[in-house]
Amino acid sequence: MQPITPAQKHAAPQGLQWIISDIIAMTRRGLLRYVRLPQLLVFSTIQPILFLLLFTYVFGGAIKTPGLNYLNFLVPGILVQVVIFGSVQTGVGLAEDLNKGMIDRFKSLPMARSAVLMGRTLADLVRNILVMVLMITVAFIMGFRAEGGFMGLLLAMALIALFGFAFSWISASIGLSVKNSETAQVAGFIWVFPLVFASSIFVPIDTMPAWLEAFANISPITVTVNSVRALMSGTPIGDNWWQALIWIVGIMVNFSTLAVLQYRKVK
Amino acid sequence: MEPVILVEDIYKSYGTVHALEGVGFQVHRGAIVGLLGPNGAGKTTLINILTTLLKPDKGRAWVAGIDVAQNPAAVRSRIGLAGQFAAVDENLTGKENLELVGTLYHLPPKQVKDRAEQLLREFSLDDAANRQAKTYSGGMRRRLDVASSLIGRPEVLFLDEPTTGLDPQSRMELWQAIRKLANNGTTVLLTTQYLEEADYLADAIVIIDHGKVVAQGTAKELKATIGGGVLKIHTPKQNVPALVQALSEFNPHADTALGIVTIPVKEGIKILPEAIRKIDAANITISDIELSKPTLDEVFTSLTNKK
Repeated sequence: MQPITPAQKHAAPQGLQWIISDIIAMTRRGLLRYVRLPQLLVFSTIQPILFLLLFTYVFGGAIKTPGLNYLNFLVPGILVQVVIFGSVQTGVGLAEDLNKGMIDRFKSLPMARSAVLMGRTLADLVRNILVMVLMITVAFIMGFRAEGGFMGLLLAMALIALFGFAFSWISASIGLSVKNSETAQVAGFIWVFPLVFASSIFVPIDTMPAWLEAFANISPITVTVNSVRALMSGTPIGDNWWQALIWIVGIMVNFSTLAVLQYRKVK
Repeated sequence: MEPVILVEDIYKSYGTVHALEGVGFQVHRGAIVGLLGPNGAGKTTLINILTTLLKPDKGRAWVAGIDVAQNPAAVRSRIGLAGQFAAVDENLTGKENLELVGTLYHLPPKQVKDRAEQLLREFSLDDAANRQAKTYSGGMRRRLDVASSLIGRPEVLFLDEPTTGLDPQSRMELWQAIRKLANNGTTVLLTTQYLEEADYLADAIVIIDHGKVVAQGTAKELKATIGGGVLKIHTPKQNVPALVQALSEFNPHADTALGIVTIPVKEGIKILPEAIRKIDAANITISDIELSKPTLDEVFTSLTNKK
């Protein structure tokens, strides 16, 4: 064993460069999780593809979507659903880190505090973009067409990615509260499931009872899906885009602050 | 000599649970200090405070000359921590685990690579370097965990129950690795529930119980505090009263159920022939006689059962 030089000093964490290098290292680690556990990616892709097939060919005929064929109506919604369910993994991963003592190790290192959370949420952002590209490819094979053109498609994907990133912060906060990966999985799904259905993802909301329609109307999911649908199909976007952005920014600011506070205190 | 770890009157409570109630001690450079105590004594809380994971309610502590509460960031770049659970990322290979921690210590990339390879060799993990840690045995995980805590060449290494759950062979290997580190100047503070471990490894032992330091010193000093040991005489049960009578001047203690009479050894071995002469004179049959040195176990029990 080489002699340990006891007096070796490292500078205290400082500067943007260190923070960025920590975030890159942690994001890479987060992405390696999906490379090493490909089943996480496979299942998070199979489920929406099944939904896409089932809803299009089983329910599609019975659902009236004025102005759009059902596949073109559904794809934007399914993509938003993909990132919502995908964001659950952010909390699961953090809860796992807590259980296995990784958070204790990270906290004892001279690294940027924010990098642990940023690494997870950014890795899940990259993962979401990959799954989205895969889903759009499948959708194109099934006959989906983006009438809004390539720019519309790109803008729509950017909006979905941002939306998923915001939801990752909610999920991070859940993961840090429940501190157990199985619970994080359940707690992450249980509240979004009704929200996903009570929105414009699968059906036009004006067929819902008035009370539910009123709820679905203000749901962040509905305004985001409506914006994505408008961008992809080239129809007027209306007020949806700014409502979606307000939701996204609001969720991101509030839940990233909450998650950071929780991370500081968590043991 | 200036202490590397200095702990002064630390208090920490979780609600109504008082984990630490005025702990103080110091550790010299290059020493291995064993923090010994029963479950719930406050060992992990203390480690968490010294590694900047927790803030104390009251009191101060310095690690490598730096106040842990005032400048935690500077402390973090000088310490290594291997916590109670082996903190390895199962989805990464052994090498990737080490390189991740090295990068987070902000070592130059070249040094991260070299150091990782060196540690993999030193902890006999080079054959498994490119395998995911989920395929590792418990002992290998622990070694990888300790190796990770060393990648930044820490001045002070904190090990929280490092050998819990390890088989005897892995435990011995880890002990040797820790010894080597201390020989090379790294200061090691480890917590343990195993007295044997503290006895073998630690230059100094700090015993804590109910959040307070109840004793400290070398294993030898601690053993000396409870005297020179005991002489145990085994005899058929019916002989116990007669034996106690015969040995009355030595302050005997009788366990009638087991047929054992114990007498404290105060002034060395000469008590043995004296006792035998008395037993012989009284014509009592005995089945066995043993002289036992005090163990750290007895020190520990006598200290932590006081209340």
